[in-house]
Amino acid sequence: MMLEKNLKPATVEPLIRFDRVAVTYGGGAEATEALTPTSLSVPEGDFVALVGPSGCGKSTILKLAAELMKPSAGDIYFGGRELGAKPVRVGMAFQSSTLLPWMSIRDNVMLPLKIVPPFRGQWRRKRGGEFRDRADALLEKTGLIDFADKQPWQLSGGMQQRANLCRALIHDPDLLLLDEPFGALDQFTREELWGTLQELWMERTVTVLLVTHDLREAAFLANRICVMSPRPGRILEDRAADFPRPRTIDMTFEPDFAAVIQRLRGLIVHSREGAR
Amino acid sequence: MSPDLRRRFASAALIVGVFVFWELACLVFGISSLILPRPSEIVGALIEYAHGIWPHAAQTLYTTLTGFAFGVMIGLALGVLIGSSRLAYDTAYPLLVGISSIPKVAVVPIFVLWFGAGTVPAILTAMIICIFPIVVNVATGIATVEPELEDVMKSMKATKLDILWNVGLPRAMPYFFASLKVSVTLAFVGSVVAETVASNRGVGNMMMIASSSFNVPLVFAGLFVLAALGVSLYVIFSLIERRVVGWAMRKAI
Repeated sequence: MMLEKNLKPATVEPLIRFDRVAVTYGGGAEATEALTPTSLSVPEGDFVALVGPSGCGKSTILKLAAELMKPSAGDIYFGGRELGAKPVRVGMAFQSSTLLPWMSIRDNVMLPLKIVPPFRGQWRRKRGGEFRDRADALLEKTGLIDFADKQPWQLSGGMQQRANLCRALIHDPDLLLLDEPFGALDQFTREELWGTLQELWMERTVTVLLVTHDLREAAFLANRICVMSPRPGRILEDRAADFPRPRTIDMTFEPDFAAVIQRLRGLIVHSREGAR
Repeated sequence: MSPDLRRRFASAALIVGVFVFWELACLVFGISSLILPRPSEIVGALIEYAHGIWPHAAQTLYTTLTGFAFGVMIGLALGVLIGSSRLAYDTAYPLLVGISSIPKVAVVPIFVLWFGAGTVPAILTAMIICIFPIVVNVATGIATVEPELEDVMKSMKATKLDILWNVGLPRAMPYFFASLKVSVTLAFVGSVVAETVASNRGVGNMMMIASSSFNVPLVFAGLFVLAALGVSLYVIFSLIERRVVGWAMRKAI
């Protein structure tokens, strides 16, 4: 397994580190191996994209990081301590925006503040003031402020996904986990949202793990791209995407950007053929 | 005419039409009012016996609403329990289906045996008849929370109670109100059946007495009263539903 150098200067201890983590579903003869022992370390503030054919265990890595499931083998460390030792603040967003239809966009965005400590204890006191301002600041940033009082279904898919990003970020998570967040959007909306996400990431220290099928998306957004093999998943290649920031859509048509994509594509196609 | 107005007009016309047809058919074929009284005779009976009907209607309304209220509380509690736990669902569902498949009329004699004739069996019958639709609907609403949404909540370290309170219950509300509309009309069935079998008060009882004295217009007047009560409650719950879960119908709240 090759772990290339990271873009940012390596901190003493990575924010999250997977140490030979494996996941097996079921047991006995019907056991399916979703993830073969995989190691991955992500320094604080990094942006890592996981790409690969479907069913390769990309989402499994996110679920492990979010403590939604436990590894069958291996260890996960967060800030040098075993994951679960202390609460990790996580923001998560999926392809479907999963906004709550009975709430306004603003209330949807504020939802994590109602759940996650220490905001949770201040909810009653600050929901009308500080928290509301906090939500509005994010909505302003993502161009949704005029829709703050609308219901989710009154917004387009792209706008719903913006609100989804706001919800995932409002509680200042240490770790932002994105599972194909733009997968259901059209090309233009998707590219717009890449810009929004890049902006949001650049102005805070959140560490991002992004699962995507879209290689252009991975290369546009991430500092590092991990290519995964078909099931049982493992990381085939972990390479830097060191284009200057802020990146623009025009850059994605330049030769060195295209070369990265071509290389990634080759790897995935090759691994798929190998699996057949 | 707007499509909405036209729809309302059409359904009103149909209702009026049915009564006009009924009235005319009785006149043309000379049907005796002992068999099928004309709507005008029924309305006449309603007015004539208004004083006598009122306490019975009040009694029926009272037993129905009391039974319904208990049914809603128990149904909601069971629905939340069954909907939020796989184990509770698997354990309790077969029993619930079994109980619900018993014709509720058949339990009236048992209630009478336990509590004597009168108000209590009517309340209990109304109650058990409306529990099941509420349980099933509330449980469905809670159990069908999108897995992604649950993951989002769990990633915030939300407790089961957090998820239930913030996602499960609000999400189940449209299902709950749909079941309330069904249940409130079913509750009438329960209380009237119980009154018919074993009570000396209530519209059901009044209809029994009227039919034994061949006062057929009064029997039908009883039916009209029941229909009016049922429709009113249905409308009330529809209005509450619109206000509370208008979001499910994608109306701006």
